[in-house]
Amino acid sequence: MRETAAIAAAPAIARPAAAERELRLDLFRGLALWLIFIDHLPTSLLTWFTLRNYGFSDATEIFIFISGYTAAFVYGRAMRDAGVVVATARILRRVWQIYVAHVFLFTIFLAEISYVATSFENPLYSEEMGIMDFLKQPDVTIVQAMLLRFRPVNMDVLPLYIVLMLFLPLILWLMRWKADLTLALSVALYAVTWEYDLYLSAYPNGVWAFNPFAWQLLFVFGAWCSLGGAKRMAKVLASPVTLWICIAYLFASFCVTMTWYFPQLGHVVPRRIEQWMYPIDKTDLDVLRFAHFLALAAVTVRFLRNDWPGLSSPWLRPLILCGQHSLEIFCLGVFLAFAGHFILAEVSGGPALHALISLTGILIMWGMAALISWYKHAADKDAKKGKPGNADLAGGG
Amino acid sequence: MRSVSLFMGLTMTLAVAAGLWAAPPARAEEAQAQTQAVCDVPESLLQSESALPKVADIIKGGRPLDILVIGSRSSSIGASEDFAYPARLQAALREQLPSAMAVNVSVELQARKSADEVVKDLPALLAAKRPALVIWQTGTVDAMRSVDPDDFRGAVDDGIAAMRSAGADVVLMNLQYSPRTETMISVPPYLDNMRAVAQEHDVPLFDRFAIMRQWNDNGDFDLFNSSHGIELAKRVHDCIGRALSKFVIGAAHPAPQQQN
Repeated sequence: MRETAAIAAAPAIARPAAAERELRLDLFRGLALWLIFIDHLPTSLLTWFTLRNYGFSDATEIFIFISGYTAAFVYGRAMRDAGVVVATARILRRVWQIYVAHVFLFTIFLAEISYVATSFENPLYSEEMGIMDFLKQPDVTIVQAMLLRFRPVNMDVLPLYIVLMLFLPLILWLMRWKADLTLALSVALYAVTWEYDLYLSAYPNGVWAFNPFAWQLLFVFGAWCSLGGAKRMAKVLASPVTLWICIAYLFASFCVTMTWYFPQLGHVVPRRIEQWMYPIDKTDLDVLRFAHFLALAAVTVRFLRNDWPGLSSPWLRPLILCGQHSLEIFCLGVFLAFAGHFILAEVSGGPALHALISLTGILIMWGMAALISWYKHAADKDAKKGKPGNADLAGGG
Repeated sequence: MRSVSLFMGLTMTLAVAAGLWAAPPARAEEAQAQTQAVCDVPESLLQSESALPKVADIIKGGRPLDILVIGSRSSSIGASEDFAYPARLQAALREQLPSAMAVNVSVELQARKSADEVVKDLPALLAAKRPALVIWQTGTVDAMRSVDPDDFRGAVDDGIAAMRSAGADVVLMNLQYSPRTETMISVPPYLDNMRAVAQEHDVPLFDRFAIMRQWNDNGDFDLFNSSHGIELAKRVHDCIGRALSKFVIGAAHPAPQQQN
């Protein structure tokens, strides 16, 4: 019911933005959200469908890149039309929304942990259970969580997103002045991060799992592409040399990845290359990961044209819908992953239950995305009076 | 579009392959296995390209083999020391090696100490025990404290160097597979770094994480369940001890060189 309503309502609303809307962005952001969700669940058969099993980069790269792209597109236009102050104000409102979402997720996490801490007793894992010790001093932990310094596993993406968005006004302002220089500065910051080991510290110790000093490169690169960079790169992207380099690299990284899952293949990779290559660092966005993402993007853009009719097929509709409300669906995904863990822990089930939970989660994400669309376009009458396209394009909210 | 369908095709093939690979072995063991849980480990997880030359010499010469296990609390089960994997390793080695050979496994538990903190105590530990082989189980404390993976790597690096210069062979052992705490402890960076350091120093890595996950996936053990008593822990440790004995003997007696 809901879906049909949303689909019926969609064409009417999509019209004003249709000319500019890049459905491919929504599609791949939706895909990234699904993959992140599956990766957050314990491994199951579906895990084999996720990107990280076939190369160095994973869904996080896609998510951050597209976020940079769309954010620059939407707020870049706002900066042009309404000025720096208004655009900055709107970006900050968005940052606030993401922050609130993060704190909300933390509350749910706390509930789950507290439950597990009181119900789980297994001598095999008495050491690992020590992780619950933070519950003994909620005064410190909760404050640190609100300062974004204490982040449980799987809750690292939003803080990164918050920091990146916080710097978006500066990035956009620089980009409007000199886009290439901004990108060069971003690369320089990335290089400095690697050279001098810049990081943000976390609580109780350690560092941010996604180092913003390094990951900003993807975000800024996305923004750069959206503000004309992609057009300027079109020639390079269309060259067959680029294509073959990309395919060769993707294949090589595929082979390397296979050796992780089938250690029998270990001798395929020469030892010297292994020693040079490992570890492939996710925290600081290893160059190998970044290159893998670039190759993947280049190949995708080449074979999946913007005018591909499949983009309007109902089969891809769920993905696109999810991609259009990325903040809400991302949060829902994190929540569903917690819930999935919880169910799996309470009901001991086999691989079938694992797969069922993953699929159910994806269906719920789709249903929620459809519901949000419906709210935005049908239930909220005000939305029609204002300009609905903008915030929506930036991923909801 | 072509690339997308190719990708999907590959994915499907792999998914099927993975399913077959992970299927529980349909093997009926004799009743002897009643006390010992069925916990097969694929050969690939019991083999290492790296060798243990000291241990190999000792086995060849039939001299006493002294092994020191340095580990955190996951190298023990509460107070039942005889059932933890170091004791099981000793029993399994005595079974498999010539009976005239003395095998002695001692344990130094370094509870709540990160790799870095353990390394500081190493000189004293090694001087006191003079082991031929050190089995270093590490990573858990560092993962729980989210120590910077680079620092962790540096510490493991230093530790291996110290053990080697004290004249011991080294086996690294990584973390336990602990599905219940997966949402709370970020394990992958520590697994990756241990793998990298092991490769760099040519040290055999006993992949406890992958082995336990295999058992869980195959249904040998239900590691997810919350309401197990001490029995599950004993059986898991027994299996780890036996797998570890095969791993050590395998690394000390390298199979004929693989053809490249």
